[in-house]
Amino acid sequence: MDKALIPEGVKRCPLPAFALWVLVLLGVIGWGVYAGIMVLLKALNLTGLNDYFGFGLYITVDLAIIALGAGAFFSGFLYYGLSRFFPALKELHKIINLAVIVGFVCYTGALAVLLLEIGQPIRGWFGYWHANVHSMLTEVIFCITCYAIVLVIEYVPIVLENRKLSEIKPLRLFGHNLHELMAIFALTGTFLSFFHQGSLGGVAGVLFARPFAYRTGFFIWPWTFFLFIFSAIASGPGFTALICRGIEKVTGKNLVDRSVYELIAKIVGGLLLFYITLKIADTLYWALVLAPEAGLKLTDFYWGPYGIWLLVTEIIICGVIPAILLLTPKTRQSNIIMFSMFFLNCVGVCINRFAMTVQAIAAPVMPFDKWEIYVPTVYEWAPCIAMVAYCILIISLSYRYLPLFPRERELNPAP
Amino acid sequence: MSGNGHSQSGVRFGMAIDLDRCTGCMACSVACQAENNVSFRADESDKLRSITWLEVYHLQNGKEYPDYQFTYLPRPCMHCDSPHHSPCTFVCPVNATTRDEVSGIVNHIYPRCIGCRYCIVACPYHARDFNWWDPKWPKSMESMLSPEVSTRMRGVVEKCTFCHHRLLKARSKAYLDGIDPNEATYAPACAEACPTKAITFGNLLDPESAVAKLSKDPRAFRILAKLNTEPKVYYLSKHQWVHKLGDNSF
Repeated sequence: MDKALIPEGVKRCPLPAFALWVLVLLGVIGWGVYAGIMVLLKALNLTGLNDYFGFGLYITVDLAIIALGAGAFFSGFLYYGLSRFFPALKELHKIINLAVIVGFVCYTGALAVLLLEIGQPIRGWFGYWHANVHSMLTEVIFCITCYAIVLVIEYVPIVLENRKLSEIKPLRLFGHNLHELMAIFALTGTFLSFFHQGSLGGVAGVLFARPFAYRTGFFIWPWTFFLFIFSAIASGPGFTALICRGIEKVTGKNLVDRSVYELIAKIVGGLLLFYITLKIADTLYWALVLAPEAGLKLTDFYWGPYGIWLLVTEIIICGVIPAILLLTPKTRQSNIIMFSMFFLNCVGVCINRFAMTVQAIAAPVMPFDKWEIYVPTVYEWAPCIAMVAYCILIISLSYRYLPLFPRERELNPAP
Repeated sequence: MSGNGHSQSGVRFGMAIDLDRCTGCMACSVACQAENNVSFRADESDKLRSITWLEVYHLQNGKEYPDYQFTYLPRPCMHCDSPHHSPCTFVCPVNATTRDEVSGIVNHIYPRCIGCRYCIVACPYHARDFNWWDPKWPKSMESMLSPEVSTRMRGVVEKCTFCHHRLLKARSKAYLDGIDPNEATYAPACAEACPTKAITFGNLLDPESAVAKLSKDPRAFRILAKLNTEPKVYYLSKHQWVHKLGDNSF
């Protein structure tokens, strides 16, 4: 049965090896689900959160994973939206299926963790029923729901391409018709996800009584709306490329042409340069105008483990350097440099989300306040690690049973 | 944030706390706890998880004897009057916390709160507490709970309401007495309990009220006034170092 499900003409590892791999992943997921159930039953006192740190690891991981999952909508936008104007972007066809799956797992995983984050999960639906139109979280709730639905719709035709499923005529026709409509869904997803990334930026930027996070507006208030969008689209495609490379390394195969990575490197490098320029301008304005207006200086925002090294790492090591190296043809030729820069880029966006979530509230605001340190407990780590395991599981199953990479057969001819 | 401001009535309840009078006896905090059915645990050593609507801070001038000075600073919710919304009210995704524009009091609807804690994050005064556990009282205390204030369940946020239930009572009484309910005044439990009368409460928009006069006192200052939160709690102190500790702008 297993062999019958594997796409034609490609080779996969023996079933026992794959089953063992799945078992390990299920074990990790089980651990996380257990921790999550305990949090639901015994409440958030199991976490490291408190009245000082209202937000913690759950939100940080959610923001980070959603930013990294932006490769889905942005690659879709480039391929379905812009490739007719810029034919070079048609290359993305070779990786678009993986991008959709990465987006799907990132969003659905984030939704699951989000359920643990709220103190009254049974009231989660109040977000739709008693929606406060002024709240950025309301925008987040609506966008994440709609976009997750779009991602499910985008994932379905890929699933229906499975060898056995496509033998069932109605399913094959349904999948084919969905494929025809995919451009519409991809562009709808782009619209939704742009708003979603932006509203996540707004969640921090609107906190006008929190000088670390607060930013003024540029057409839209706050401009973190734009910064979050640009940082997500600058890192998401690189994350997809990293995952693709990871699959290649694990399976020992070439799955996409190097030209695809080259193209992504150019796109990511250009976007990252644009984003990091804006981020530097934002940081300067924050340090020189906004903080002094609140009676603070830049150094007041950094202390102990939340030191200035975070800002330097985020902007210089994970921003400026990757942008330059990815845009330089010579350095881009080296796989080690290119994928390391993709990795640093992803680390940078994670640091940014951490800073705007945890560090933003760790920094004291009242002059007689003191710094506090947030330490997540195993009840926070376990569901987050399980979410990563869930992402790997879905990607593993998809790779094994679905024709994700259209060039796989040509790139790996049978001996 | 819209700059249109908000429609408001002629009533803006506020508070003036004279730090030069405060002895740090904590009677205000205890009265608040009892009046509002604030739950507690056997072990309250984790101060970052203890529910205290009116926290009393101990401030020091940082100097050595004989220049050493200290003061106490009781901190209720500031019921911020910033235009359009308070920092906490406009972030709430479910409208569980709102500012009553008739009285200026920021309230919290516990059965609607989903416990996302965004309001806790938004508040720079740490005036909001989360219910990390199911509230429990010793059996003997259950009959002493106030029937006028609902208890809060696990997983929701709570905060000082300026004893809003007392306002409702005062408004009802005014109505029955044939007086305009908007002219009703009252005192929250903390102000009533203070033995040195350090806490004055009333309508900030009534120029004849004691609180309005105190808010214009040369000794008056507000915490973090520079953040444009427009707190409705004023502090009075003759010491500049206390003013400086209250707001970075000094």
